[in-house]
Amino acid sequence: MGLQALFFYMFAFVAVASAFMVIAARNPVYSVLFLIVTFFNAAGLFLLTGAEFLAMILLVVYVGAVAVLFLFVVMMLDIDFAALRSGLIEHAPVGALVGLVLAAELIIVVGGSTLAPEIASNAAHPIPPIAERTNTAALGDVLYTDYVYFFQIAGLVLLVAMIGAIVLTLRHREGIKRQDISAQVARTPATAVEVVKVKPGQGL
Amino acid sequence: MTAELLLASLQLSTPEVILALGAMALLMIGVFSGERSATTVTGLAVALLIIAGLMLVMKSPEGIAFGGAFVSDPFARFMKILTLIGSITALVMTVGHARSQQLDRFEFPVLIVLATLGMLLMISANDLLSLYLALELQSLALYVVAAINRDSVRSTEAGLKYFVLGALSSGMLLYGMSLVYGFTGHTNFEQIAAALSAEGRSLGLVFGLVFVLAGLAFKISAVPFHMWTPDVYEGAPTPVTAFFAAAPKVAAMAMLVRIVIDAFEPVVADWQQIIVFISIASMLLGSFAAIGQKNIKRLMAYSSIGHMGYALVGLAAGSMAGVRGVALYMLIYMVMTLGTFACILAMRRREGGNVESIDDLAGLSTTNPFMASVLTVMMFSLAGIPPLAGFFAKYFVFMAAIEADLYALAIIGVLSSVVGAYYYLRLVKVMWFDPATDEFARTPGELKLVFGLAGLFVAGYVLIGGPIGEAAEAAARTFF
Repeated sequence: MGLQALFFYMFAFVAVASAFMVIAARNPVYSVLFLIVTFFNAAGLFLLTGAEFLAMILLVVYVGAVAVLFLFVVMMLDIDFAALRSGLIEHAPVGALVGLVLAAELIIVVGGSTLAPEIASNAAHPIPPIAERTNTAALGDVLYTDYVYFFQIAGLVLLVAMIGAIVLTLRHREGIKRQDISAQVARTPATAVEVVKVKPGQGL
Repeated sequence: MTAELLLASLQLSTPEVILALGAMALLMIGVFSGERSATTVTGLAVALLIIAGLMLVMKSPEGIAFGGAFVSDPFARFMKILTLIGSITALVMTVGHARSQQLDRFEFPVLIVLATLGMLLMISANDLLSLYLALELQSLALYVVAAINRDSVRSTEAGLKYFVLGALSSGMLLYGMSLVYGFTGHTNFEQIAAALSAEGRSLGLVFGLVFVLAGLAFKISAVPFHMWTPDVYEGAPTPVTAFFAAAPKVAAMAMLVRIVIDAFEPVVADWQQIIVFISIASMLLGSFAAIGQKNIKRLMAYSSIGHMGYALVGLAAGSMAGVRGVALYMLIYMVMTLGTFACILAMRRREGGNVESIDDLAGLSTTNPFMASVLTVMMFSLAGIPPLAGFFAKYFVFMAAIEADLYALAIIGVLSSVVGAYYYLRLVKVMWFDPATDEFARTPGELKLVFGLAGLFVAGYVLIGGPIGEAAEAAARTFF
């Protein structure tokens, strides 16, 4: 219990602190990096509750794809973040008000709702006890059996998306140096170095 | 799912499995043999589609596969054969235009095969989940194909417009599906129907139904979700437009028929009024908005909106005669559309390439009497003049509407087809009575074959209509 609580407070504290730094950091690249730290700590929180599949998906999807995409956008687009942030203090009260309303709504919804007992019995695939079967294994149980058809079509949809992206954007341009491992390995001093006799006083 | 169940499911979906594996094989062939392989891959893609079609014609086992997600029945078989014919013809028609429209890349036939696979899965979808996934597979491939001529501003605009509006409609469809699932507790069509007849309908379900129908109406380009059609048809390369106008419409209509007749059968009164409204609106807009068009591809876009309205007349009847009418209508519409687009593709000047204006057809009767005659037959048939095929298509759907006591719908349909006849006949007038300006280049053989066959079918429908009608009747009997 003690160790788990220690890790919970560590993950929670770092998550909140780095989330604050996302909006407080002056350099937008730092903001994205802090966002990645937040994702890692949220994944840690998921792990503590036993949702290991969700934790890994969070890392793969959000850190691996979304945050890197953000980083690309931030680094490639010339956006003046100082100008964007200029109204921060004036608009702070409105922002705080919206935040309060959202928090109040969350408290009302979460506090007032109960899970109807019959819902669990209606489920086509009841969740097995976590001690016996991990989330990942339980998902795999149905994903590759009952839902194999949907899984395969989803795969085809992704294939089409990939073909589409290549068809519409890839252009073969001349004069681009591409990696060619065998040619690079086969380089010898004879092919790479040219010995030139320089006449004194003339240069190349 | 045990191994035997999986094997049985795969047997029921053999044509689809062949198309999926074949598309991947074609992709590999294209990737490894480089840019030059476009012609080979196109040929192989046509062969693949023909094999899938032959399998459906030869033997088609019936039953439910993949735990109720996929169904193979006579209706699915009829519609799938239609879709495959549409795709094959459209692919054959691209051959002569590949270079000028930047279609000479091996990805193009692969995308067409994958889109066709999506359509077959849509027709067989028996579950909201499989319906949505199949629809996305089809739509995503179509968005890419619309923008495939990426150096042309009009083509990329068409692709982008189609993509944005398609994403919006998918959102509406998904929202509706989530409501239907929430208020019935099921995604399977039979179970939704069972839940509806046991518990009756709730307000939430009606909301869901409206959103689902709105999303599907977008896919068949019915009014008021038709706005994308003229721009996409005009902007996309003409062979792609020919493909868009035929196969996807057939598949989307089949999907609409299955979902309303199968899943929402207990709430007929609720969906019937929606179908009646979009049917009337499509027929009227299709007739009136086409009058002012100067571009023949835009004209065909409005014509297809109108024809979707006529086909929906049969669906609104909700009876076996109505479904039979829809099946026949889609068959005849597809043949007429492919024939007309073959003529449009043949409108090519010796220098300057393809032309799309109606005035370019002036004096076609003197310069190319064969094509002028075929196009005239097509126009008369699209207008619904007996004894051509288009007349029988309209006759069967209007009769079904009258049998179901939908008199107002049938009368509005007949009147709007009179208005529609004006612009079809204007085309005939331009071809036969206006002075010729310039000759078209020699028509490629494959286009001559397509519009020749379509002309024969449309003109000779009286002779061959019997067996076709029986096949459509067998298809419609699936639901009743």
